[in-house]
Amino acid sequence: MLRYITKRLFYGLLLLVGVLVLNFLLIHAAPGDPAEVIAGEMGGATEEMMAEIRSSYGLDKPVIVQLGIYLGNVARGDLGKSFFFNQPVTQLIAARIWPTIILVLAAQVFSIFLGVVMGVLAARKPQGAMSAFVSVFSTIGYAAPVFWTGIMLIILFASVFPIFPVEGMRSARFEGGTFAYILDVAHHLVLPAITLGIIFLAQYARLSRASMIDVLGADYVRTARAKGLREMIVVFKHALRNAVLPIITVAGIQFGNLISGALLVETVFNWPGMGRLAFDSILRRDYPTALGVLFFAALMVVVANLVTDLSYRLADPRIRTGGR
Amino acid sequence: MSAKHEMSTSRTAPEAISPLAEAWTVFRRNKPAMFGLFLLFSIIAFVLYGTFLYTGDPFDIVWAPHTMPSEEAAFPLGTDYLGRDLLAGLLTGGGPTLAVGAVAALITVVIGIAVGALSGYFGGWVDDLLMRITEFFQVLPALLFAMVLVTLFSPSLVTIALAIGVVSWPQTARLTRAEFLKIRELEYVTAARSIGARNNRIMWKVILPNALPPLIVSATLTVGVAILFEAGLSFLGLGDPNTMSWGLMIGSNRSYIIEAWWPVTFPGIAIFLTVFAVSLVGDGLNDAFNPKLRER
Repeated sequence: MLRYITKRLFYGLLLLVGVLVLNFLLIHAAPGDPAEVIAGEMGGATEEMMAEIRSSYGLDKPVIVQLGIYLGNVARGDLGKSFFFNQPVTQLIAARIWPTIILVLAAQVFSIFLGVVMGVLAARKPQGAMSAFVSVFSTIGYAAPVFWTGIMLIILFASVFPIFPVEGMRSARFEGGTFAYILDVAHHLVLPAITLGIIFLAQYARLSRASMIDVLGADYVRTARAKGLREMIVVFKHALRNAVLPIITVAGIQFGNLISGALLVETVFNWPGMGRLAFDSILRRDYPTALGVLFFAALMVVVANLVTDLSYRLADPRIRTGGR
Repeated sequence: MSAKHEMSTSRTAPEAISPLAEAWTVFRRNKPAMFGLFLLFSIIAFVLYGTFLYTGDPFDIVWAPHTMPSEEAAFPLGTDYLGRDLLAGLLTGGGPTLAVGAVAALITVVIGIAVGALSGYFGGWVDDLLMRITEFFQVLPALLFAMVLVTLFSPSLVTIALAIGVVSWPQTARLTRAEFLKIRELEYVTAARSIGARNNRIMWKVILPNALPPLIVSATLTVGVAILFEAGLSFLGLGDPNTMSWGLMIGSNRSYIIEAWWPVTFPGIAIFLTVFAVSLVGDGLNDAFNPKLRER
């Protein structure tokens, strides 16, 4: 197990170096002087700034040396400097990464939990009303653009039922202790998390319905029933544990899409996360920041994949022992 | 899998009906899928009319800003924050959205099939290398990567389609690879090889046609994803600002949603209905190609 984890960590690291090389190539492939690309096309780059960029990125040296310098800088935690904010990119991102993680995890928990419950209920009666609802809902949830769903929810909750805040992450004039603060953030989190979760909720519901139908037909479920176990125990303890495997897999695969979705949701709800930062910096052509966000987003996906892999192994002992 | 096998053998049987005709028979009986097909044709007709016959300019300011739908008979869907006709926007904005969606899906499928086929057919180091590259692309959040690509290389319909294609091929590649891995072991592939067919011929003329059913389903769904993608990019303001599109309509009206709900609602419904229709058709195709799964 330890050996496996080490191997995966090394592999993840390699992928991240790949992302850095890609970032580097993108800066050089973009039309125009790389120094200008790095400074951003804000028109405000002074000669002094340009000279600073040229020397810190070694832009007068051969390309391969430049790549070395770039990777070396990143290894020391230096992803460059945002010339818009006049701040190191890593600092900018460090301030924004938590809101994104909170949003993404909340959406993930909401969609997996509710999706599995819906799927299980539907699977018990494959031709029943819940099944019909799941298949209609999953097509609808998939087809509605996430940013549009968010806007529709804002319209609904801003003017019709003003019970949830529709913008930002905390109240403007907030006073109170830590617990009250957490409640305040959670209150703001409701709509963005639901918006982001809806797309995936539909998928998980559909997936868990299909895999539950499979599992409920299996022999060991019949055995469990024949033993006279209560239906709830059969469904949730015996069947669900096996039906949940494909969900873990999909949850891992979807993580990148979740981050893409978070980018749109953050923009719609003014959620102060990395997606919002990426959007702002791309519009300002602040490339070091945008590429920094791309790197950190990839880092999050790599970590999520690792976690998925490990939880898969925990959920299914057959994989751990290499049998199957 | 076995369904495919049956299909390929039925092709050589004397009383063979073509697999496509067989799939169509199943598809035709599927009500949601037929509804999706009808919806899709209606939307395409609407968009074709808007692109080729409709002469109004969606950027023209024609009436008071934020005119309610049905308030003014000439503008049944109302006007946006600048007083532009929303119906004109819907009519002309669909073309770019659908075109980018279709072209991007085509690029996705071509790259995906090429990578997946080489990987699955040759195996070994080719497979290793190509799969590592695929995994690399899967680590990058697609929308973010596409945003960076589009801004670095200036936004136009072509760059947007290319960017969407470049970021979304890995899934198709994996699917193609899985199909190729399965099919290359089948007897008719060995037979083709034994009569001296070259790799190229085996890959594209023998294996690919038999791998097509799941790929067609995935390609259909890819069109839906690409349309949502284009809408997302235009919504963020990264589309071509001089081309009206459904996403652009939502993006440019988004600051005024509290005052007026309709300018963002209608284009959203248009995108929704299009993707909805495409995925109904995709699901129908899936059922038609895999009759055994129909119970689900």
